[in-house]
Amino acid sequence: MTFAQKVLSKASGKEANPGDIVSAKIDLAMSHENAALVLRSFKEIGAKEVWDPEKIVLLFDHRVPANTTKAAEGHQSVRNFVKAEMLPNFYDLREGICHQVLPEKGHVLPGMLIVGTDSHTTTYGAFGAFSTGIGATEMAAVWATGELWMKVPQTFRFNLNGKLDDPVTAKDVILHLIGKMGADGCDYRCAEFVGPVVDSMSISGRMTMCNMSMEMGAKAGVTFPDEKTRDYLKGRTSKEWVPVTSDQDADVEKVFDMDLTGLSPQVAYPHSVDNVKPVEEMTGIPVDQAVIGSCTNGRAEDLLAAERILHGRHIPDNVRLIVVPASREVYLWAADSGILASLVRSGAIVTNPGCGPCLGAHQGLLAPGERCIATTNRNFRGRMGSPESEVYLASPATVAASALKGQIADPREVRA
Amino acid sequence: MKGKVWKYGDHVNTDVIIPGRYLDDYDFKNMAKHAMEDLDPKFAKDVSYGDIIVAGRNFGCGSSREQAPLALKHAGVGAVVAISFARIFYRNAINIGLPVIEFDATGMFEKGDVALINMEKGIIVNETSGRTSRFEPLPAFLLEILKEGGLVPHSAKRFR
Repeated sequence: MTFAQKVLSKASGKEANPGDIVSAKIDLAMSHENAALVLRSFKEIGAKEVWDPEKIVLLFDHRVPANTTKAAEGHQSVRNFVKAEMLPNFYDLREGICHQVLPEKGHVLPGMLIVGTDSHTTTYGAFGAFSTGIGATEMAAVWATGELWMKVPQTFRFNLNGKLDDPVTAKDVILHLIGKMGADGCDYRCAEFVGPVVDSMSISGRMTMCNMSMEMGAKAGVTFPDEKTRDYLKGRTSKEWVPVTSDQDADVEKVFDMDLTGLSPQVAYPHSVDNVKPVEEMTGIPVDQAVIGSCTNGRAEDLLAAERILHGRHIPDNVRLIVVPASREVYLWAADSGILASLVRSGAIVTNPGCGPCLGAHQGLLAPGERCIATTNRNFRGRMGSPESEVYLASPATVAASALKGQIADPREVRA
Repeated sequence: MKGKVWKYGDHVNTDVIIPGRYLDDYDFKNMAKHAMEDLDPKFAKDVSYGDIIVAGRNFGCGSSREQAPLALKHAGVGAVVAISFARIFYRNAINIGLPVIEFDATGMFEKGDVALINMEKGIIVNETSGRTSRFEPLPAFLLEILKEGGLVPHSAKRFR
């Protein structure tokens, strides 16, 4: 059996085969600001109480602190609900981005079935959980019943061989895969990432991979637990867990064997995530703004990669570099380690932990004709502001190098 | 159902269906005013009740925002017919009661043609040209959710 089959068989209490529609019991249900929308449907459904308060995690990250009165009202309605239902796992707006905070706080365990009202819920696959994004109304049904209908997906396995040359990272790998597969190349599938490249990746890198697996349409992305996973979870959870992995002879729809040795830093051109080219083919394009952050690349390792490029140097006055730590834990680490001060000295604007400008709500929107290079996950038209602006996606090293040069730059050439 | 056709290409994403800058407002009427704004600024102004969107591959890719199908539904859209859908959009559409049909109708319709659709029988007709095609109807339990107006009324039955 595949990993997806095993998790969904356990969750549905019967053998789950690809194509089957099962009613699955949910282990963990996450919502951010859109809990306000979930809440509305939940009340309409008429359930007396939530199915299991322990299994619901709520926080705010998309518009924090509230950037409009309406956003504040949304926050308020959720806070009132949390209080009334006495929900124990509520982090309000202090902790950062959901996909960073849930693992940090020990909510995510290998083998779990997790749903979240956010498309990048696939991130938790980095811990060997089957994790996928759902809508607000079906989340209301999950709150009421603890169950959700799901189609058992086929599996695509990506066997990633070779060795990445510094400063090429997980972001470059996943952008490369999305470019090869196309924005719908993995539609409805569970994407398994295995092989030496994945084995040598940090947890942070694996989170980046699983996070963006949904940009090629994957229902879930997964990397399987190992010693690094064990080390990460140690001290964050006291719960027992057993890794769930695919069997050797599992029925995998397709295996993609790739050798990534010599891979260049990758950049996704506007206005689609699969419009990917190696950085050397697009150096010299001027940028007005550079963003380092998001659930894709706002972790300690990402800030460090940027700081290594920027250390002791100054970005030009005509470039805005916005750094958004993914969580309070990351923020504190950056402060304590001196990374934050170094970035600010280089000219960065550091914001509070959260989604930042990624989804075009606030904290660095683009004017018509402006160009931004970002470590975020989407470059759709109008994503970060004006429909006449452009967003390019790249790794923290490439974004830092580009901020320094005021144009898209190859981090291999800019490094000290 | 019957309506005038709006035609779009591949990978129509949730950010152009309803841009992130409008997501703080949970009033669906306001949201509908910005439907498709970044792709086709004329759409929200000119769409009529019951109109049908015909599109290419991977319709609704991107965010899990349920506001995307909600904006279309409240703008008056009667159904979306696309070669394929991104999975969260597809689920959301059914859950909020917006009919979605996985079928390649791009060669069969021009913008402004009148489409007639029978969901249960799986028949789609271009009344302007007279062409008729068949599609695989949705599984019965999804049709039932749609008929009841979405997942909320469907689930509410359990708690009555």
